Amino acid sequence: MRLKLRIWRQKNAQSEGKFVDYKLDGVSEDSSFLEMLDLLNEQLIDRNEEPVHFDHDCREGICGMCGLVINGIAHGPKAAVTTCQLHMRVFKDGDSITVEPWRAKAFPVIKDLIVDRSAFDRIVQAGGYISVNTGQAPDANVIPVPKEQADRAMDAAACIGCGACVAACPNGSAMLFTSAKLAHLNSLPQGQAERFDRAVLMVNQMDAEGFGGCTNIGECEAVCPKEISLDFIAMMNRDLLRANLMGKGKR
Amino acid sequence: MQVAVLPRSSIGKKALMAVTGAVWIGYLVLHMWGNLHIFQGQEAFNHYAEFLREVGEPVFSYAQVLWIIRIVIVFSLVAHMWSAWELYLQATRARSTSYAVKRVVQANYASRFMRIGGVVIILFVIFHLAQYTWGWVTEFDRADPYRNVVIGFSNPIIVLFYLLALASLGLHLFHGVWSMFQTLGLNSRRFDGFFRGLAVFAALVVPLGFATVPLAVLFGILK
Ligand code: HEM
Ligand code: SF4
Ligand code: FES
Repeated sequence: MRLKLRIWRQKNAQSEGKFVDYKLDGVSEDSSFLEMLDLLNEQLIDRNEEPVHFDHDCREGICGMCGLVINGIAHGPKAAVTTCQLHMRVFKDGDSITVEPWRAKAFPVIKDLIVDRSAFDRIVQAGGYISVNTGQAPDANVIPVPKEQADRAMDAAACIGCGACVAACPNGSAMLFTSAKLAHLNSLPQGQAERFDRAVLMVNQMDAEGFGGCTNIGECEAVCPKEISLDFIAMMNRDLLRANLMGKGKR
Repeated sequence: MQVAVLPRSSIGKKALMAVTGAVWIGYLVLHMWGNLHIFQGQEAFNHYAEFLREVGEPVFSYAQVLWIIRIVIVFSLVAHMWSAWELYLQATRARSTSYAVKRVVQANYASRFMRIGGVVIILFVIFHLAQYTWGWVTEFDRADPYRNVVIGFSNPIIVLFYLLALASLGLHLFHGVWSMFQTLGLNSRRFDGFFRGLAVFAALVVPLGFATVPLAVLFGILK
């Protein structure tokens, strides 16, 4: 395959950044999107040019490191996959592909296509834990968890923190991510003790990081590689409103 | 006052928008239904308009209930717009750089039209008050609302503007009614289809009910 690439290049967080066009030949249909960029980078290095920087780690869709906006869609045109799991066969020979980093105030670009997503870590630090005394490991299954709740918690826990939801949202909102992290613990018996404090603390942190509000338009759900549902946002809204009325979250 | 902390978070602002939107939906349904009295003729309609001032007597005195409702809906609309504005500012700050290429995957036209549609609605509300409450636009006689309506809607340009505003309202409700349940945390997988359906129902019935009056005048059914 031959491709015309238009890639965002930015030296560092302070510099302006611009699009640079590249022509790439000999791309295998069976390669992944990141392998295609590897091929480009090999050629750039051969030509003594700076390779294109992008985030990645597992390359099997489970770590949440990778993420690019490809032709205007976070993680590219195929639903429910990460960028590393996107294969070049979804494109046609001769296609033009525009590649941009996640764009959000809370996710500043560090270099080229890499953004700083530590805002997500701080949201999790604010309440994404349960407090237990360490000691002997308890026996397995001492706390019975109904199947429905276990399934729900697992669905929420599938979020890999990639940030595509923020990237796709016209309001730059992190509601889908935050709601998944909340629902993961708030669905389980172990999470109940701190349920309402957790909702307030994590939502406050989310707002403080400079993410936008939610308009329920669902662009996040549509691009999420783990198909996290808007349902969790409703659950977060419910927990937060109840928590506020109960005066929770003042720790 | 725990309720007072609510509007500080983005979700709290959204909830304020949902509750005040719900107040307006309730008001609009009653207003739309009441308007249909016009098809019972001049006397019945003018009598209905007078009833609106007398309602609640003798517990409330003349026009008191009417004024209470007016204050509640004005307050609701101001709070609704304040939240919308605050969230709009927060959103533009959060997405300060835009994409060179951006494709919409799932959002529908109605959900993306909320802010512009809201502006159309508020401009309409002001025009509507100016026309039929203050009587600044077309020939006006406070004692004869029926005649005011018939004269007002004999101008096709005014009717067109009403229809445009009602279309905006329809779009606003198509997204807003469902969104309201989502925002207040009342939605869940089980009820999602029901709330979507309710939104479509409201988006059709409310604007169509209102539209019957200007259309009936324009086509000479009411004179
Ligand atoms: C007849 C009057 C109106 C009614 C019945 C109404 C109803 C609603 C409802 C039910 C919502 C959903 C709230 C939620 O998502 O939780 C909403 C949202 C919204 N309204 Fe209104 N509204 C009205 C007038 C206005 C006006 C005058 C404006 C602005 C000038 C406005 C702007 C908005 C905006 C920006 C949203 C947020 C959309 C979103 O977050 O998806 N609305 N409205
Ligand atoms: S909710 Fe989905 S899109 Fe958002 S961070 Fe989690 S996995 Fe990524
Ligand atoms: S590199 Fe781990 S999810 Fe893509």
